[in-house]
Amino acid sequence: MELLEETAHAVFAEDDPWAALLETGLTGVGVPEDAGGSGGDLADVGVLLRVQGYHGAAVPLAETILAGRLLAATVHTVPPGALTVVPGRFARRIPWASEAYRLVVLHRGRAAIVDPQDVQILPGTNVAGEPRDDVTVASDQAAVECPVSAEQVMLRGALFRAVQMSGAMRRVLDRSVQYAGEREQFGRPIGRFQAVQQQLAELAAEVTVADVAVKAALRVPDDEFAVGAAKLNASRAAGAVADLAHQVHGAIGVTSEHPLGALTKRLWAWREEFGGEVYWARRLGELGRMPWNAVSRTEGEPATVTW
Amino acid sequence: MALPELEPGVLPPGAERLRGEVRDFLATTDFEPRCDSWLTGTDPEFSRALGARGWLGMTLPEEYGGHGRSPLERFVVIEELLAIGAPVGAHWIADRQMGPSVLANGTEEQKRRFLPAIARGECFFAIGMSEPDSGSDLASVRTRAERGADGRWRLTGTKVWTSGAHIAHAMVVLARSTPGATRHEGLSQFIVELPADGVTIRPIPGLSGEHHFNEVVFDGAPAELLGAEGDGWRQVTAELAYERSGPERFLSTFALVRLLCSLSPGVASGRLLGRLWALRQASLAVAGALAEGRTPDLEAAMVKDLGTRFEREVIDVARDQLAVEPDPTSPDQAARLLAQAVVQSPGFTLRGGTNEILRTIIARGLGVR
Repeated sequence: MELLEETAHAVFAEDDPWAALLETGLTGVGVPEDAGGSGGDLADVGVLLRVQGYHGAAVPLAETILAGRLLAATVHTVPPGALTVVPGRFARRIPWASEAYRLVVLHRGRAAIVDPQDVQILPGTNVAGEPRDDVTVASDQAAVECPVSAEQVMLRGALFRAVQMSGAMRRVLDRSVQYAGEREQFGRPIGRFQAVQQQLAELAAEVTVADVAVKAALRVPDDEFAVGAAKLNASRAAGAVADLAHQVHGAIGVTSEHPLGALTKRLWAWREEFGGEVYWARRLGELGRMPWNAVSRTEGEPATVTW
Repeated sequence: MALPELEPGVLPPGAERLRGEVRDFLATTDFEPRCDSWLTGTDPEFSRALGARGWLGMTLPEEYGGHGRSPLERFVVIEELLAIGAPVGAHWIADRQMGPSVLANGTEEQKRRFLPAIARGECFFAIGMSEPDSGSDLASVRTRAERGADGRWRLTGTKVWTSGAHIAHAMVVLARSTPGATRHEGLSQFIVELPADGVTIRPIPGLSGEHHFNEVVFDGAPAELLGAEGDGWRQVTAELAYERSGPERFLSTFALVRLLCSLSPGVASGRLLGRLWALRQASLAVAGALAEGRTPDLEAAMVKDLGTRFEREVIDVARDQLAVEPDPTSPDQAARLLAQAVVQSPGFTLRGGTNEILRTIIARGLGVR
């Protein structure tokens, strides 16, 4: 796992991280080898996506792994290149659809591998400039029975986004602490001022709690309450973390050259994707009518993860 | 990455069976659920009933009347008690920190005298830390400890905000044992058995008029040393991670959450549950790190900062959703719980170290100062 983390940091430091991810086979992490992937489980995927978030890298990695795992559980073979799941024939805000090599379209319990050339795409972007496209698929695509539902895709996607956010928030904290130690005003580093210290402490607390919650959810990836809560909390924390970090950085942080923005823009985008706070709050409200049972429940042995 | 990272805490095998036993007990025991029950819910009979079931002094060794259970098993028991708002205030300090502190620092004789009684729920402790002129700046305490010609220690000074001193069987006191020493030097911890000659306990009524806090005046009161002379500051700070990260730092208003989730389930209640789930995972992770012998002081301070602010957020959401006026004497449970929570809420972010002091400690840990 530590080796994977080191390798991932090296890959994301390259000029073209997507090419390096394909070349090293990291786009196939979490996808069984007999389906054409690189093997590994969701814990490995968690390590990889957290590092991606840490680097704020603009790559369709989470989407490709999500689609790859779905295909491995369905047709046992995964096409090479960027993939993304389209959960319905009329689907909105699909990440990376316009740049994907293949789309995996779900419709009424069946899945089809579709060339993006063969669907109608209305391009859009999130605030970080990543493609988020509306997709309309004709009804005549050949499809096979699929054991994974659109709701399960939503849940897994929420888990992946929460992991990416935990990595991005960790980097935001690191950058803010470093900046507060370097930037001098009134003849001393701004980190010497209690007002700034209070902000950094709150930032660190939000990042730490969000991080451990996401790690806990990764251990029970099919538990809707746990994953929903981790995503909800990560989304909530992302808002506070971005506000605090920008306040600490002052005006330099709001220029497009400064690296903070690549992280905070992703946090602002990702907190809404695969369900924002209101979406998951509604679900948790429904699931949590016996609130203490819902919050304190722990599984015995981790359930077998089928996809 | 700057901070050491927390890994999720994993409850030991059998924890869920234990949880079930606690729930069964609570379902068949009569008490009025309340907010902030670990501070204001005082019921010595309830405490003894817990002791009889082996749920006090759980982590103490059996040879001292304890039960040799893991800190994570204790976590399960106390979170069940807190979540339902059970009256655990009488024994809270004794069970949470004085048991472990006497075990770590006490003499063999002190261990045999105090620990079995703590585990039975028959020895309640109060803690004398703050003084009229020493609050957040705890190292400025002025209570003096002097050793007489007979070799016995005597205390002179005043402690304030001492929870439950009027019902406690003993009190631990931080005092200056080396005249002229300043700040963290020359401090020691002492135990005073109550009641005692030379100790005057006066109530300091709280916001709702209740008798919970006390002023405790020592006028040459006999005391016994706890731990090593001059080691008081280290001993006190070693307790902090236990004191700061437990479930009492985010469950003080859970009785309101429970009500909200049944009366008005929806986006507002769901938001609280998501945050609560995350905070509990963080608290459990700190408990797991402590059980492995690590000292996650910064992470414990973080749990307390975010957890206590969550306790207050619950009140605002409950006010929005329940549309009821807080009334401590109302027949309506919602009005009573809201009244308890509102009046207790200023204390959430003060007790156990103000959140501002905690953030200063966190910032220092981050390397900025």
